[in-house]
Amino acid sequence: MYLSTKRKYRLENASYKVEIMKYIDEYRDKDKVLSLAALIRKTSVKPIRLMEVCGGHTMSIQRFGIPSLLPETIELVSGPGCPVCVTSRSFIDQAIAYSKLENVIITTYGDLIRVPGSTSTLDKEKAAGADIRMVYSILDALNIAKANKHKKVIFLGIGFETTSPASAAGIIKAQMAGLFNFSVFSAHKIMPPPMAALIDEGVNINGYIGPGHVSTITGSHIYDFIPQKYGLGVVISGFEPLDLLQSVYMLVKQHETNSPKVEIQYSRVVKPEGNAKAQDMLDEVFYLRKDWWRGLGELEASGMGIRDKYAEFDAEKQFDVEVEPTREDKGCICGDILKGLKKPSDCKLFGKACTPAEPVGACMVSNEGACHAYYRYNKDSQ
Amino acid sequence: MCLSIPAKIEQIEGDMALCTVGGAEYHASIQMLDYEELNVGDYVLLHTGFAIQKISKEEADETLKIFNEFEKLNVSLDEEEIQTGKRIV
Amino acid sequence: MMKKNDKILLGHGSGGRLSHELIRDLFVKHFSNPTLIKQSDAALLQLGSTHVAMTTDAFVVDPLFFPGGNIGNLAIAGTVNDLSVSGAIPRYLSASFIIEEGLPFEALEQVVITMAEEARKASVEIVTGDTKVVDRGKCDKLFINTTGIGEIRAGAGNIASGDLIKAGDKILVNGFIGDHGMAVMSARNQLHIKAPVESDCACLNGLIDHVFNATGEVHFMRDATRGGVGTVMAEIVASRPWGIQLFEAEIPIRQAVRGICELLGFDPLYVANEGKVVMVVDGAFADKVLQQLKSHPLGQDAAIIGEVVERHPGKTWLQTSIGGNRIVDMPAGEQLPRIC
Repeated sequence: MYLSTKRKYRLENASYKVEIMKYIDEYRDKDKVLSLAALIRKTSVKPIRLMEVCGGHTMSIQRFGIPSLLPETIELVSGPGCPVCVTSRSFIDQAIAYSKLENVIITTYGDLIRVPGSTSTLDKEKAAGADIRMVYSILDALNIAKANKHKKVIFLGIGFETTSPASAAGIIKAQMAGLFNFSVFSAHKIMPPPMAALIDEGVNINGYIGPGHVSTITGSHIYDFIPQKYGLGVVISGFEPLDLLQSVYMLVKQHETNSPKVEIQYSRVVKPEGNAKAQDMLDEVFYLRKDWWRGLGELEASGMGIRDKYAEFDAEKQFDVEVEPTREDKGCICGDILKGLKKPSDCKLFGKACTPAEPVGACMVSNEGACHAYYRYNKDSQ
Repeated sequence: MCLSIPAKIEQIEGDMALCTVGGAEYHASIQMLDYEELNVGDYVLLHTGFAIQKISKEEADETLKIFNEFEKLNVSLDEEEIQTGKRIV
Repeated sequence: MMKKNDKILLGHGSGGRLSHELIRDLFVKHFSNPTLIKQSDAALLQLGSTHVAMTTDAFVVDPLFFPGGNIGNLAIAGTVNDLSVSGAIPRYLSASFIIEEGLPFEALEQVVITMAEEARKASVEIVTGDTKVVDRGKCDKLFINTTGIGEIRAGAGNIASGDLIKAGDKILVNGFIGDHGMAVMSARNQLHIKAPVESDCACLNGLIDHVFNATGEVHFMRDATRGGVGTVMAEIVASRPWGIQLFEAEIPIRQAVRGICELLGFDPLYVANEGKVVMVVDGAFADKVLQQLKSHPLGQDAAIIGEVVERHPGKTWLQTSIGGNRIVDMPAGEQLPRIC
């Protein structure tokens, strides 16, 4: 094949050495990918609709062009797996309200900077003079708190079970160091409730591509109820092309033989019991509470609140702010898109009033929101 | 939810480890892992500044072996199809 | 479309979609003239019977000193390159400095010495300039603007427009992509990631001379600065009767750059470069141009990374390293490190 021979030539004769990035490149082997894709084509007879609930999976699938390798019997649908997309507008509004307080530094992951609140974004508030700083890790936020003792540092905690242990670790560290000018505004959520809610709402899928890094923390047993109660399979998948294809293959086989179950494809990091130490940290710092999910509404025991013993580090308890009334945009159907009920192209605002440069809904803001990914990677979008 | 990347441990100091990802260096926290089970040369998954799990070499090798099996399976399915004239799952 | 109460965001300066909208809807709208409307890297002008190219650029990099260079290197190379890729031979530069009160003299001296060296290497002369000092806090240490003038090579005036590109052409780049953006990010250290990457900042006029002297049939050139190679491809293909097909496996990228990009979730196609030119050449001459590039110090790692095709007109597609296919569009604004 044109490309694989060219690539081998480059590797052998290049003036520079292309080193393999371990645990990444081996799972991007083109020959194996094409072979597995061929195997899937031979195996898949019954039409099958698979949903992934992880922003990282959405990105990988689009970035590597996986849909272009699959037969027509297989449809991949993106669910509410992007923590930015499911975060309520009122969270952003409240974060913006915090940013307007005196002597407050807002620290946030890059993902949130452009997410629309009711009338503004963190990006725009920064331009208007608010001290809003992007960080890669909560550890950076702790350092900012240490270096600015006379200011209050609020960290915006978003993310599912992959990321919430980091917030737990950060809060524990803050307490040990007596860093009382530091607090977290938590919008952390957990995965199983929306996975159930979707099926309860009647979303039509035949199986879940399970979130690989959430499961690294939680283990696989949290999904046991899905085949038991709903007769749908869950294959916990890695993020490289071979991982995703193998997971699709495993789900197709389950579907063809009517044997839904929970399986771990991503066995090199996901253990059935997960990461016990991280789970303990979560339990130590957070409790489950009901939470509001864009597209799904209120779900019981789906969000993570900070326990009373860490109240000093809970921004919601430490700061009183007036938050503007939440205004949703008319015409924005992010909710339906998050549930896989509608496609981005079904939305009246898509590509016109709502574009990656000027997003209306969260699905367009986030790089792995369904609308953004569709806009960037799909030839029919423009 | 998910941007996590395999990184190699080069040095361990208390609850932090110097990790490398293809030549880039990062000091990550290993608070979420059992320090006794970590060694220099191990690979861990890095997410927002924390190592969230150690990568199991054995499981990784197993997975790669399975991919080799797929290639063989592919070939044998093709042969069966040619011989019997129908598709076997 | 920006409205009166909107504020300018960092994204408006990052070279992606927002930047383009600001330029189109504000600057070009009000300054409107036939030359400006073309929005080329350099303006192609006629003074009497002489054909001249002119370009200007401002340099506001933080930190001032980064692995592989400093703001002085950028100030010369950025403008020299804009002229070169527009088919001109760079001749003269102006340099104006906006200096923050309190900047150490040594730092300024180092920058100026660097600029002198770069100008000498590129055979251009800095013939006029200006200096302003502003109160502490009113500018970030040092801002430099350079404006350059060059003579347009005979017959090369149309190179920057992209109008000469046709199906069957091949696309080349002269080496590793993403070095500059990642070197600067690593030096900023806000993200505490260190990488052995140096900026690729360099004046490309020598390399471009080398190619022109040996072969013809270069249909298009653009330097891939902010917004990276991906943005160049998305820009040039818009509204054309042909499409572009890139091959991810052919795009040269250093291991360390890949590492940081994977860590932060960046797409190397959109990371800034300061010493990379994208060339579109006639298919029949592609291998010859490649050899020419490789025989020059600034082109040793050159590669053919794609081709111009008849299918999917107006769009750029990338064949991924695993054989899948996806679109390459313009980024909305700056790339930000993400958790997802």
